[in-house]
Amino acid sequence: MKKTISDINKIKEDLKLPMSIRKGARVVNETIGSEKFMRTVLVCGSTGCASSHSVKIYEKFKQLVHDNKMDDQINIVKTGCFGRCASGPIVMVYPEGSFYSQIKPEYVEEIFNEHLVKGNRVDKYLHHEQRDNPEIKNLYDVSFYKKQKKIALRNCGVIDPENIDEYIALDGYQALIKCLTRLKPQEVIDIVKESGLRGRGGGGFPTGNKWQFAKNAEGKIKYVCCNADEGDPGAFMDRSILEGDPNSVIEAMTIAGYAVGSNQGYVYIRAEYPVAIQRLQTAIAQARDYGLLGSNILGSGFDFDIDLRYGAGAFVCGEETALMTSIEGNRGEPRPRPPFPAIKGLFGKPTLLNNVETYANIPEIINRGSEWFSKMGTEKSKGTKVFALCGKTNDTGLVEIPMGTTLREIVEEIGGGIPNGRKFKAAQTGGPSGGCIPAQLIDTPIDYDNLIQIGSMMGSGGLIVMDEDNCMVDIAKFFLEFTVEESCGKCTPCRVGTKRLLEMLTKITEGRGTLEDLDKMEELCYYIKNNSLCGLGQTAPNPVISTLRYFRSEYEAHVVDKKCPAGVCKKLVTYRITDRCIGCSLCSRNCPVNAITGKIKERFTIDTSKCIKCGACMSACKFKAIVKE
Amino acid sequence: MGKIKLTSVDFAGTKEQEAELRKMLKELKGTDGALMPALQKAQGIYGYLPIEVQKIVSEELGVPLEKIFGVVTFYTQFLLNPNGKYDISVCLGTACYVKGAGDVIEKIQNRLDISPGDCTSDLKFSLNATRCIGCCGLAPVMTINGEVFGKVKADEVDAILDKFKD
Repeated sequence: MKKTISDINKIKEDLKLPMSIRKGARVVNETIGSEKFMRTVLVCGSTGCASSHSVKIYEKFKQLVHDNKMDDQINIVKTGCFGRCASGPIVMVYPEGSFYSQIKPEYVEEIFNEHLVKGNRVDKYLHHEQRDNPEIKNLYDVSFYKKQKKIALRNCGVIDPENIDEYIALDGYQALIKCLTRLKPQEVIDIVKESGLRGRGGGGFPTGNKWQFAKNAEGKIKYVCCNADEGDPGAFMDRSILEGDPNSVIEAMTIAGYAVGSNQGYVYIRAEYPVAIQRLQTAIAQARDYGLLGSNILGSGFDFDIDLRYGAGAFVCGEETALMTSIEGNRGEPRPRPPFPAIKGLFGKPTLLNNVETYANIPEIINRGSEWFSKMGTEKSKGTKVFALCGKTNDTGLVEIPMGTTLREIVEEIGGGIPNGRKFKAAQTGGPSGGCIPAQLIDTPIDYDNLIQIGSMMGSGGLIVMDEDNCMVDIAKFFLEFTVEESCGKCTPCRVGTKRLLEMLTKITEGRGTLEDLDKMEELCYYIKNNSLCGLGQTAPNPVISTLRYFRSEYEAHVVDKKCPAGVCKKLVTYRITDRCIGCSLCSRNCPVNAITGKIKERFTIDTSKCIKCGACMSACKFKAIVKE
Repeated sequence: MGKIKLTSVDFAGTKEQEAELRKMLKELKGTDGALMPALQKAQGIYGYLPIEVQKIVSEELGVPLEKIFGVVTFYTQFLLNPNGKYDISVCLGTACYVKGAGDVIEKIQNRLDISPGDCTSDLKFSLNATRCIGCCGLAPVMTINGEVFGKVKADEVDAILDKFKD
């Protein structure tokens, strides 16, 4: 049913207390007792946790609450991502703020009986940090969250994404109300400009300027698009926002529509994100029902609606012109700019295109003001950025940090350092378009301009941490394999150039490279960069350029000494049995090619001409007697 | 993005499927950018996009077949060849190969009467040869819908496939 502004405000008031508890507010117990729900249990229903049965956990809690007729005392909520995917599936119990990690469906009954019914926290299932340290009262006190600042992810892991009321309770749609009732379109754009917000999808173009271009463009029909075609291997912040807080994107797109003068929005989303699609569809339906989308929104006379379009598995469609070509029903090939989409975009009309994370910032900026936002961050990069932290750190997951946080803080404090006592070697940002940050630059404050200067880029926010066991040539090759596969083939520098580049890298990893190849490779990199049509090709050589810049000696070891110092490149590695061997023959029995021979109780040997370097012997050996060198 | 391989499976679309497809296409006709949603829905009906289906899309939407073929072959999500209900992958990496993966895949080919990359005409099994999947200690290895079978001998193939009857 359509709501008025006062209806929206009433929903917010009614849910204020139970929702504030979930944000970590401490409330005196008596107050909670008088509320409808005594306890709230949040179960992460995001793709990561769902793949380890969190949906079963949710259903089991629901069932137990129902069977025990406790529906009016315990509220079970399925939320979006908490960000701490390595500890999943995650269950949070409020008002205590108990953080249960790696929960299995079998544990549910015990947690229900002990904690929810009797009020005794079940310590053995708690996350170890909270169990071992009584000072930690709440999820947000643990070191993983301490340095984080959640703006784009503010509601992820807090609200039920399939219940628009919970979004409204936490100031949802207040920004839209403010725009429609108190701000002129130009004033909205001025706030976005003054906030200093820059595009979170890759290039970092100032968002306010983009909005201004779209507003200034001539034309009755304009479109507002959202790029949710997140294709970087390892990045999943856009998916998490859409799964955990879809209304924030819907609200922001509606505000953008009002500001630039558009009545139709499109979200271009990967078909590979079924959960995000379903939550977005649900949220759009609820927003339409409340009259927050559709004609005459909240009685303002402004019309806006949103449709979904599905990507079909082409990385290049994350590029803006390719994305629009794909929505139009063509092969998703990019086209030259200008004309820029703001002048001539989707179906030839002026089009505003922002990425999911950029939109998710907008309602907070409107609500709290541009000054609040621009106080965070560095001189030219304001606010926060979400990174998908993965690779060799103890903790992995989604982290949102103020711009200007150093890589060291991310790796050592948020990520909890490198496992197994290994050393930090480099971090890779920006996915296949980015580059590596070596150990000597670990104290660089992370923002758009610093990253570009050291030869990487923000990209969409993948952050892969590597230790001494990672080979930088192999990493460059991995990303090139990806770009070769995903190059759309329209322009020659990218189609042919990346292929030749990959061949050279392969040659080097197989020990057939020469020093001359390194120079040739570098030359080719700059050729591809300068001559490709779109961002995909222009940035494709970055992983090679930056590893050559900081790890040239590692490349030289491959071509001159024919060695892979990290022991990754198979063709350059030999396996050897050391004198720790006690002659148990286990290795020999595990070797698939019978390359290992010897007498029982004597040291065995590997015939390197037969060895295929599969590593089966090394993992079988119980005495660490086999080394790779 | 090279994956232009027309299917070897005979088209077995039913009248009901065609009626559903044509009805859906008539509804979509005239909307902006109808082709992508049309192909996605068509694949939802048939499970893949054989040339016969593309022809119907072309007819109903008035889009040339060559353009449709161009779009279908551009995106990895669109399939020209159906996936079987059970998708078999046999590792042909070095370790598996020297341990007899060649015999294993040959045995599967003979039993199902298909070559790698194909699907049986009843859409039950599809077969692929893959590169090393990283469990050489279990060589030779095959997977069916992700379930791993290690140290497979050619004469065990029948027993394994018999498990996937329905």
